[in-house]
Amino acid sequence: MTVTRTGPLPPGADASTYDVVVVGAGVVGCAIARTLARHPLRVALVEAADDVGDGTSKANTAILHTGFDATPGTLEARLVREGHRLLSAYAGEVGIPLEPLGALLVAWDERQQAALPRLAEKAERNGHRTTRLLSAVELRVREPHLGPGARAALEVPGEAVICPWTTTLAYATQAVRSGVDLHLNCRVEKVRPGDPYHRLVTRRGELRTRHLVNACGLHADAFDALLGREDFTVTPRRGQLLVFDKFARDLVRHILLPVPGPLGKGVLITPTVYGNVLLGPTAEDLEDKTATGTTAEGLAGLREQGGRILPALLDEEVTAVYAGLRAATGQEDYRIAAHPALRYVTVGGIRSTGLTASLAIAEHVRGLLADCGLDPGPERPLARIRMPNLGEASDRPYRDARLIAREPDFGSIVCHCERVTRGEIRSALTSTIPPGGLDGLRRRTRARGGRCQGQDCGAEVRAMVEEYGEGAR
Amino acid sequence: MNRTVDVLVVGAGPAGLAAAARLAAAGAGRVEVLERERAAGGAPRHCAGPGFGADALGRPLDGPAYARRAVRAALRAGATVRTGVSVTGWAGPLTLDVTAPTGLERVRARAVVLATGARERPRSARLVPGSRPAGVLTTGELQRTVLRFGPRAEYIGRRAVVVGGDEPVTRGAVRSLRAAGVEVAAVVSELRVRRGAFGSVPVLGGTVVTEVVGRGRPSGVAIRGEDGRTATLRCDTVVFTGDWIPDHELARARGLPLAPGTRGPATDGAFRTAEPGVFAAGNLLRGVEPAQAAAAEGRAAAVAVLERLAGRPWPLRRVPVKTEGPLRWVSPALLGPEAVPLLVRPERRLVRPVLTVAQDGVPLRRERLGGSPAPGRSLRLPPRWTTGVDPAGGPVVISAAE
Ligand SMILES: Cc1cc2nc3c(=O)[nH]c(=O)nc-3n(C[C@H](O)[C@H](O)[C@H](O)COP(=O)(O)OP(=O)(O)OC[C@H]3O[C@@H](n4cnc5c(N)ncnc54)[C@H](O)[C@@H]3O)c2cc1C
Ligand SMILES: Cc1cc2nc3c(=O)[nH]c(=O)nc-3n(C[C@H](O)[C@H](O)[C@H](O)COP(=O)(O)OP(=O)(O)OC[C@H]3O[C@@H](n4cnc5c(N)ncnc54)[C@H](O)[C@@H]3O)c2cc1C
Repeated sequence: MTVTRTGPLPPGADASTYDVVVVGAGVVGCAIARTLARHPLRVALVEAADDVGDGTSKANTAILHTGFDATPGTLEARLVREGHRLLSAYAGEVGIPLEPLGALLVAWDERQQAALPRLAEKAERNGHRTTRLLSAVELRVREPHLGPGARAALEVPGEAVICPWTTTLAYATQAVRSGVDLHLNCRVEKVRPGDPYHRLVTRRGELRTRHLVNACGLHADAFDALLGREDFTVTPRRGQLLVFDKFARDLVRHILLPVPGPLGKGVLITPTVYGNVLLGPTAEDLEDKTATGTTAEGLAGLREQGGRILPALLDEEVTAVYAGLRAATGQEDYRIAAHPALRYVTVGGIRSTGLTASLAIAEHVRGLLADCGLDPGPERPLARIRMPNLGEASDRPYRDARLIAREPDFGSIVCHCERVTRGEIRSALTSTIPPGGLDGLRRRTRARGGRCQGQDCGAEVRAMVEEYGEGAR
Repeated sequence: MNRTVDVLVVGAGPAGLAAAARLAAAGAGRVEVLERERAAGGAPRHCAGPGFGADALGRPLDGPAYARRAVRAALRAGATVRTGVSVTGWAGPLTLDVTAPTGLERVRARAVVLATGARERPRSARLVPGSRPAGVLTTGELQRTVLRFGPRAEYIGRRAVVVGGDEPVTRGAVRSLRAAGVEVAAVVSELRVRRGAFGSVPVLGGTVVTEVVGRGRPSGVAIRGEDGRTATLRCDTVVFTGDWIPDHELARARGLPLAPGTRGPATDGAFRTAEPGVFAAGNLLRGVEPAQAAAAEGRAAAVAVLERLAGRPWPLRRVPVKTEGPLRWVSPALLGPEAVPLLVRPERRLVRPVLTVAQDGVPLRRERLGGSPAPGRSLRLPPRWTTGVDPAGGPVVISAAE
């Protein structure tokens, strides 16, 4: 169990030789590493950024989808359905915040209303038989703050909101504690295919591995090219989002999904497990895989659409603004493929459902690796973990009298907006996978992520990073 | 742990401390101030420069000195000031939930004074698009960072753009940066700003920041002038100043109605909110005013609290006051039985404006003001402006025309 961030990779053939190397520590790569950690294999998870979950996996809408609207028969449809079941159970087991709010697809015009029964049928074909049509009156009772003109809705039970940061971190933490090596700041720049070992040239030295998994997200096509494969091209599709203040939380009770139509997909409004409300995302096809910025037009468009769905939302302050890039490949399905001759599996095109499907993708990839000749050996239990609770649905440390009595630092609030205590920040800074910086710390604790964005606590949090962070030890 | 006190003051800034000092001195019983930061004193603790009045010998006070004196005065008067103690919510009327390193508490009081201050809107709340580098902060974070770490370029950069207006907080940010050896590339203001308002620092008035550019740290900000021309200012730090929003979390958690203009809890001239026994004072009411103004409100609120403790009933009916035209807000937002001055904030610089106070469409007073009031400072209208208001009538409207 090692986490490295700087310096040359551990030298010596033994230390740098693996049975499987998973490249890319987003939610998908971390899930794969965790699944492989069940077996007596030498596994490394290798990531270009200085933290896990620093790509698309940190910037999504954080919904655990049922897959009711997937295209029946696709791999994505199956993996989303299975992933929903697996991650729901896993969340309870390790303490990932999850709220099963259910979704409402709200119809605002005749055409959308007419589409609802068809969507219900599609859901049924995807194995979801519990959807229900709601009249305008029922809808109003469920969501009293909806704007004028909401005509009907399709209720989809089972849609849930989840903490995407804790999910990725839980997988990675469990993988590392079960023996996986995690190398951060370690972009793989070249692959020299070979037998029995591929050699991976990284920024921090070389690794050797028998089997290789590409979980590079937006860069899955570029990584494929390192092995001479050109099966698809990833086109980033940007989604911009607005996070509204916690005061908006009472305005909405369900995940409010748009009814897809000829004029585009529309935007959704959903509570988050942190007690905020999300509005978004946009859908913009771009060229630049680093274009995670927001635009004036994008934000104005979201506000306009959001104001029609939930007028009172616009009276509340905006806490944060961000954008994520979906890995679109021009095919309405994932691009997961085994290349047995190369002992190599590509996990590409994990577009807008990868958080949900992650555990099922990992199981699927384990099977594909076996097809590539990997003998994983017997299964053994993973290390047990329990993640810190970032969710509002159950008590946070600042409300836990027994914890505070034991450790007074959990009664000392540092980030007042999000009510994050010294104890939580210290724990995160000294955890199995410590954060790479302030943003990583925010994803582990919520510190600096609230309405003042660090005005009050920024300096204090920095001081704690200097005291307890990696550089300090 | 459940406890009872006579008066609970939330927030040990100038307003809360002044209220507590007056109450304790007047024998209000157990007066307790709860402050979530490690030290009491409020926002002035972080303002290193002068601008906080003078001591008895006429020597100018800086923020920390002002804060220390305010704390000392409250303690000497017999108030209890507890720090590192956060009020996290309400358990019922006049009963607050508290988290402290010593444990959880539920504190009941005969009267509660909310004095939780205000914050500057950060970049995200202003919807400034672009990338999300570090090194984008508010004056408050800048000042705390400099106080804590000194002039460390990795935190505050080498060349900054300051976004704000012709107001003290923007000047405070410029001063902090320059004192820390950071070059200020420009002050960018949506409003027109007089030339030379920031000494040798270039001022770009009528200009908006349209985008933050850069990864890791900013490489610059894109701007657009009134004439539509665009440019990029190179910088590695961006400081957003002013644009205040009251820290009204507790007020809203209790469902206290807000004043539409200020977004602070609606109060009357005696600092009474909608809920009997709950008072509010200081920046919480309407964003920033000078510390001494906040302290004066705290003292005035104490008088009303004492009356309440002595059994004075809560007024049932108060007349709402609001603004129209180029006026952003008026405070207080309710007119009670007391004759009090009103603070009014213009939205932009107004040249010799005519102000009108009307109720139910009938003008009560109309006057041309001398000078040109600016958005960085409030106009103070003496009580005579509201004499003649019918306590049983409809809302009072204050409007301005040039
Ligand atoms: C706006 C938006 C909303 C979404 N909403 C949802 C939702 O509600 N529910 C849901 O289930 N899904 C949602 N998704 C989809 C989900 O976020 C993604 O499917 C998922 O995060 C993809 O994870 P990943 O691990 O494949 O990619 P990433 O998180 O991008 O991880 C890939 C990693 O690979 C690394 N990497 C790349 N190349 C190399 C290299 N050569 N060497 C080393 N490392 C490398 C990158 O640095 C990166 O960290 C949404 C996506 C977006 C953009
Ligand atoms: C950057 C800056 C520069 C300034 N420069 C000047 C100047 O030069 N001259 C001048 O006269 N004025 C200046 N001011 C204004 C002056 O500091 C304020 O007017 C004054 O501090 C307002 O007092 P207050 O008590 O209302 O609020 P604050 O001073 O903000 O105090 C509120 C206190 O309440 C605490 N609090 C909030 N919520 C809770 C809770 N839930 N539980 C416990 N505690 C809580 C906060 O931690 C804070 O300490 C400046 C302000 C700023 C921000």
